Amino acid sequence: MRRRTFLAGSAVAALPLPAIAQNAPIRIGLLTVKTGPLAQGGIQMEQGANLFFKDRNFILAGRKVELLVGDTGGNPAGAKTKAQELIERDNVDMIFGPLAAFELLAISDYIAARKTPLLSLAAAEDMTQRKPNPYFVRASATSGQNMHVLADYTAKELKYKSVITISEDFAYGYEQMGGFQRVFEGAGGRVVKKLWPPIVTPDYTPYIAQLTGVDAVVQGFAGSNPLKFMKQYKDAGVTLPVLGGGTAGDDALLKSFGDEAVGMITASAYTSDLDSPVNKQFVTGMVRDTGSTPGLYAAGIYINGMVAEAALKTTGGKTDDKEALIAALRAVSLTDSPRGPFHFDHFGNVVGSVYVRQLVKQDGKLAQHTIKTYPDVSQFWTFDEKWFLAQPVYSRDYPPLKS
Amino acid sequence: MNLWLILAVNSVTLGGLLFLLSAGFSLIFGLMRIPNLTHGSMFMLGAYLGVTCIALGLGFWTSALLAGLGVALFGAVIERFVLRRLVGAELAQVLVTLGLSFMVADVCLMQWGGDPIAVDTPPLLRGAAKIFGLAFPMYRLGIIVIACVIAIALWLLLERTRLGAMIRAAVDDPQMARVVGIRVSHLFTIVFALGAGLAGFAGVIGGPILSVYPGLDQDMLPLALVVVILGGTGRLLGSLVGSFVVGFLYNFGQAMFPELAYVVLFLPMLIVLVVRPQGLFGRVPL
Amino acid sequence: MKPAALVIALLLLVAVPFWVGNSFYVNIAAQILIYAVLALGLNVLVGYAGLVTLGHAALFGVAAYAGATLINAGHGPVVVAIGALGATLIATAIFAVLALRGTGLGFVMITVALGQIAWGIAYRWISLTNGDNGISINTRPAPFGLSLASANAFYWATLVVFLITVGAMAIFVASPFGAALCGMRDQPRRMTALGYNVWLTRFLAFLFSGFWSGVAGLLYLYYNQFISPQTVALSASAEALLMVIAGGTATLLGPIVGAGLVIIMKDVASAYIERWNFVLGAIFVLIVVFMPEGLVPGVARVWRRRR
Repeated sequence: MRRRTFLAGSAVAALPLPAIAQNAPIRIGLLTVKTGPLAQGGIQMEQGANLFFKDRNFILAGRKVELLVGDTGGNPAGAKTKAQELIERDNVDMIFGPLAAFELLAISDYIAARKTPLLSLAAAEDMTQRKPNPYFVRASATSGQNMHVLADYTAKELKYKSVITISEDFAYGYEQMGGFQRVFEGAGGRVVKKLWPPIVTPDYTPYIAQLTGVDAVVQGFAGSNPLKFMKQYKDAGVTLPVLGGGTAGDDALLKSFGDEAVGMITASAYTSDLDSPVNKQFVTGMVRDTGSTPGLYAAGIYINGMVAEAALKTTGGKTDDKEALIAALRAVSLTDSPRGPFHFDHFGNVVGSVYVRQLVKQDGKLAQHTIKTYPDVSQFWTFDEKWFLAQPVYSRDYPPLKS
Repeated sequence: MNLWLILAVNSVTLGGLLFLLSAGFSLIFGLMRIPNLTHGSMFMLGAYLGVTCIALGLGFWTSALLAGLGVALFGAVIERFVLRRLVGAELAQVLVTLGLSFMVADVCLMQWGGDPIAVDTPPLLRGAAKIFGLAFPMYRLGIIVIACVIAIALWLLLERTRLGAMIRAAVDDPQMARVVGIRVSHLFTIVFALGAGLAGFAGVIGGPILSVYPGLDQDMLPLALVVVILGGTGRLLGSLVGSFVVGFLYNFGQAMFPELAYVVLFLPMLIVLVVRPQGLFGRVPL
Repeated sequence: MKPAALVIALLLLVAVPFWVGNSFYVNIAAQILIYAVLALGLNVLVGYAGLVTLGHAALFGVAAYAGATLINAGHGPVVVAIGALGATLIATAIFAVLALRGTGLGFVMITVALGQIAWGIAYRWISLTNGDNGISINTRPAPFGLSLASANAFYWATLVVFLITVGAMAIFVASPFGAALCGMRDQPRRMTALGYNVWLTRFLAFLFSGFWSGVAGLLYLYYNQFISPQTVALSASAEALLMVIAGGTATLLGPIVGAGLVIIMKDVASAYIERWNFVLGAIFVLIVVFMPEGLVPGVARVWRRRR
């Protein structure tokens, strides 16, 4: 699949790339993580990409497609090097990925300078808000996007009055809980305490012991941490209801969770139980290829594939005009995808359905059961965009706790 | 009040798990002076082997023992064919143990995939025990018992058997031990296998709490280092006390000084090393 | 090495942009040089002083963070360089004073603890470091009006710094100071008896080592235009140490070869070998089994025996 292209003389390579002949394949790069601790999400991303291109027979808009995979190793320098490999050596037309926010931030300026469209899953808010990148498209969600929905549901449907939040001590956690807090408190609820265990926390008990005196607990963990947290939470005998964001109850964890997670309510841009033809086809394909229910990483890349396909149809399969390509990508509006209907705002961030689901046990197996669908959710929720952008980005201390 | 009691009990249970993790590391370093950077990998490998045994229908405890044995065997092979050649070559030991840890991590990723795997709590120890009206997970209390049993067994091994006497002699003065006819190289293989096996066993025992996931190795190795630094090397009592000290530091530190959560273990370790280079209980500097 | 071989090697290095082809490979070459500077600096401690440290990524990171902060405050390249290297030297002095309290494993562990604390600070002191989102800088510097934006220009600038580093190392090794340091590694008691101040010599060696780590850190920042806590992590320190040991400690060429090996495996071979991490580990094990002294001395030994 990989074809090496050596250009004679580096002076040539530094110049703008020549127009690629129409019969040459479209090259799509995938920045993912296949080694090290972040490989969990990274492998799922590659599975999603493989399924999508297999479903399309490696042909998009009538042109052959080559998929080139770069393993960043899950660190920023690796992401930069692999982005350079894909862009400068392999001349890809667009890139899917990367996985982690710090990888995305490390390559953002470079991608913009090279005018290569980037379709990422990383949730860093400011990438589509205060520090937008004109070549960036995000079909998944910002950190806060799901949490705004969860907060609305918690306050208005569950009618909980007070919560404690707990999430990893890093930007994704801060942004999630900031988003939850703003909407929840706007609806009359109160966030009593925000706990931030370090990303590597073998034992959550010192934090779990502090989870008392409220109506519910909101957790925003990611990776393998939701599994560890839920287990230790139930072991400690805490019975407060647990709510969570997209990664906290990711469908890819269904095969790993045990009964301790049953009942958890999460809000996510992707839910495997979505009853739509494309999603059914996607889930069936993933179960066939990997043996388990897919989650948001695989779905996210699959959806990116659909976005690329729709955009290429608009441009008639042409990729040499980068401005036209990015405009076409951002103009994509799909009515059916694994995450349902969606389109993009003028920052390139998705406006689409967010699902509130409950983790249930069906026929002895864990599954998601969608309780409520919030259609056309924007990254700004129902707030005025100008007002939203005038506020600081969600952080550890913003919004501040009310005393 | 309740919070403090929960933290105190949890400190002891975490200490028990840390003892299982670090006893082997301490023994290996005490006897062989090898900074064994594969120790976290042994823990993770054991956990994954345990997962497979459990999936095959063997019980939790059988699986833990089998995984421990499997990892011990692996450790023996590494010692016999690689580390054996490197006695005294500290840099080569660092290089090779790190290299092996890369390999183990990648093999685990290939074999067991990237998704985290939960380990079910053994049926006997499910649920919580009520003490002073507070709920404590039975399994964690069970870990204290396991740690005590292992500690006593190790103590008996070291203090009451011929093998133990030889190990102690070799720890104190390897040259003299050789002179009096102890085959130190055999001891090395045995101790390394024992240490690796304990780590592998600990991986399965820790499974119901930690689950198993790529990166578990890197998460656990620093903990073993901290325990051994605080407790001193080569002494069973040292790693036992070090484990509980770390258990308390971890629990109370995280709860009381959340701002310092990232350095709650390494700051005390640094202070101990700077003020008392032999560790809290060690006799000789590291 | 013969002068002719040196000249050829130098010419090959200068001409890298003309023979490696794509700018991607020029960038890889620049990265190898950056890590070679780090490894050469680390080698002062690990090789010549016999002090194994696992905290050098922190010093590398201090330079990069300080540099990024100064650049974003609008300072020019000279101020940035002085400020970043000054900050690195201060951090190094703190590391040295604390770490030299221990010996052997104690020394290693103090550097581990210091490195982990530096990592914790990078993660948690968000007002200073922007947490895990890291700090981006918009531009590479343009010393004397020369833009370093292109891959070739940056490579040549890095090459200049690299050659200065190699020169400094060569002078250091040949100096009485270097000889004294090696003496203390092999015979600390005798050196004390001879009236040498072992502590002070090691302290100065630590500063010297930290200085070049800082230089590498600054280059890293200019190259990546981004710094985040991953760069300061224990695994990054371990990687630098592996470069030194794999290439061969206490040699001039060893750390350079080691840096080349690790970077090529990580960044080039990883495109062709799916399980590159496993292969890298296996290479380390094989090096230890067949050439425990490291690649460069090992190959030299085999070469001598053949002739």
